[in-house]
Amino acid sequence: MMPAPMISARSPEQEQFAGALHDMLGAGAGGATTTGAARQWAAGDRAPGLGLWRELAGLGVTALTVPPQWGGLGASPLDLVVCCEEIGHHALPGPVAESLAAVPLLLTALCTEHLGTEGRRDEELCAGWLTRLADGDLLATLAMPPRLPYAVDADAAGLVLLASADTIRLATPGTRHQSVDGSRRLYEARGGRVVAHGPAVTEAIRRALTVGALASAAQLLGAGRALLEASVRHATLRTQFGRPVGAFQAVKHRLADVAIGLEFARPLLDAAAVALAGSCPTAGRDVSAAKVACADAAHQAARAALQVHGAIGYTREHDLSLWLTKVRALLPAWGTQAEHRAIVLAAVGGTGLIGTGSP
Amino acid sequence: MTQAPAGAAGDPAAFRAEVRDWLAGHVPAEPLPSVDTAEGFARHRAWERELAGARLAVVSWPARYGGRDASLLEWLIFEEEYHAADGPVRVGQNGLFLLAPTLFAHGTEEQRDRLLPRMARADDVWAQAWSEPDAGSDLAAIRATAVPVKGHRKGHGEGGGGWLLSGTKTWSSRAAFADRAFGLFRTDPAARRHHGLSYLLFDLHAEGVTVRPIRQLGGETGFAEIFLDEVFVPDSDVVGPVGDGWRIAMSTASHERGLSLRSPGRFSAAADRLIALWRRAGEPADTAGRVADAWIAARAYHLHTVATAARLAAGGTLGAESSLGKVFWSDLDVALHETALDLLGPAAELRQPPDPDGRSPDGRWPDGRWLEGYLFALAGPIYAGTNEIQRTLIAERLLGLPR
Repeated sequence: MMPAPMISARSPEQEQFAGALHDMLGAGAGGATTTGAARQWAAGDRAPGLGLWRELAGLGVTALTVPPQWGGLGASPLDLVVCCEEIGHHALPGPVAESLAAVPLLLTALCTEHLGTEGRRDEELCAGWLTRLADGDLLATLAMPPRLPYAVDADAAGLVLLASADTIRLATPGTRHQSVDGSRRLYEARGGRVVAHGPAVTEAIRRALTVGALASAAQLLGAGRALLEASVRHATLRTQFGRPVGAFQAVKHRLADVAIGLEFARPLLDAAAVALAGSCPTAGRDVSAAKVACADAAHQAARAALQVHGAIGYTREHDLSLWLTKVRALLPAWGTQAEHRAIVLAAVGGTGLIGTGSP
Repeated sequence: MTQAPAGAAGDPAAFRAEVRDWLAGHVPAEPLPSVDTAEGFARHRAWERELAGARLAVVSWPARYGGRDASLLEWLIFEEEYHAADGPVRVGQNGLFLLAPTLFAHGTEEQRDRLLPRMARADDVWAQAWSEPDAGSDLAAIRATAVPVKGHRKGHGEGGGGWLLSGTKTWSSRAAFADRAFGLFRTDPAARRHHGLSYLLFDLHAEGVTVRPIRQLGGETGFAEIFLDEVFVPDSDVVGPVGDGWRIAMSTASHERGLSLRSPGRFSAAADRLIALWRRAGEPADTAGRVADAWIAARAYHLHTVATAARLAAGGTLGAESSLGKVFWSDLDVALHETALDLLGPAAELRQPPDPDGRSPDGRWPDGRWLEGYLFALAGPIYAGTNEIQRTLIAERLLGLPR
């Protein structure tokens, strides 16, 4: 029997969830705005940012991808996408794709597929971490070289993993590297004890890279939306030659192109989440297509935003810099555009027909 | 004799299977001659009648007009199969996708009964007559007039009145060979711009009509100039209220830019052919990114259209956001075909490459089709409101930028 046609995926509940996250991140926490927290995070003061993460935990964000048996919500990849898009929309600092998506997936695989090298001891360890992740007591990060060479925010994370080839190790932060996005504090991961090893681990790592790419694609789309909104605001308020700069056709058309890019990236993102939820064989291809489109759309939004803002956009002072640098940093993270295009080309059969179940 | 039509029953898989089987048995093995030649036009008209005989010409229309009451989703399925089977160009597309939605929304019962069944069978093939020499992107600058007259004309029944059309229409798609046309005319000479326009239908063979075919970039007469000299139109061929033509035409324009004119099936099929061509060319690295992007964009358009169809089916409406899609698909169409031509190398300039191996693996897609498709695609960013007009609409109506 054929499955129902894939239609616009987001439910009213998911739209409400996005709205609640938007309100929360827009309001900030403990007197700190999200942009202020991002700046302080970059300067090494994590307290305001961690306050925001605790607020998010209160809304269920950190529990989303953790299975119910460890106190999580076992939510769908589409819930994750809705959440990460809003996080990207507000440029929240912290290891988003890592702590919300990739690490919970690896830990869950370790428990449910019994991959632990020390058997029950590792499974209990992972179960404990999952419970703490769900509660919002733990931030986690990881490096997965070669595609993800550094562990972002390893200094802020209570758990650092190094996952590569067929092995997962516990790790500690090594040498720090500067990212173009100051709020992404990059560390080499110094590998310690092996917690899982074997062919099944390779498969789990592959899935973790896929879900991480999906989460980062959602962040990019959200960042692109924020950049377009900021551009429209600026173009409406800023006057030159006696009229708002947004009345000039060159500005209008450039921003129209940004809107088009974002509009047509989102269906790919949602479809990838739905494919992943259904363990569809094309899920990897669909996530790669989404990452390519969301990253391109966000990049185009960033270039247009800087140009529309002019010199003020080229300053650190202006908050636009938070999104500009984050988009530049996330663009090649979780797989470069070329890598994801190659995945698409290698996997392409048809483009997917309505109602046939063929993806 | 007609079998019980599938399509309204809501079983997409059965509907798809029926469409696929029928097309497999009926789509001409060799592509028809160009629709923009006299012979090609006649062959395409005959093809439309074959489609209509299988009740596949207008699946989304009510059964009483020759359709199947199919949902938008089923219409999309039909389109996917049609393009995947490389079905002939729809010669009636101006009528089917522009006039018919207008008649459904603004026409009278009498007009629908009289015009739609003939349109479905291609007894009438319709041309559009929007643009004028001085009214292109600035469509509201229309100067062609419709002047009211009393009394009847031969062949138009007793009593009532009508209108005399005068002026020049141009870039009228299909007008070289079509039967009838629809367009906007100034009915109130005192009114300016968008006001005082009316939506009228006229016969291309009527007294006072001169059609001058225009050769397009590809050399064929895909559109024409229409000179009108006091051409009589009865009152029954005014669509909607007199003076309300702009609003009525804009509702059609939204159809033209949005769902109706460009179904995703066209791009999905072309993207699949592009990938096959790229593989045949040895998967050159320098075009890999563009090939992948074309496929991704075709899929994005497909997903977006399905979501839009679902939204419309749930009672939503299509407004300025149709401009997003128009720019997207028309740019995609050009980029996709440009990539294919780059892959063909020096042979890309040939209208009919001689190499017998220059075909898609299924043998149905000679390489020359890419150039033909490219020339066709080049018109996309211009017609139905140039992409510049669309970008301005997006900026002002969707983003809220100042006018």
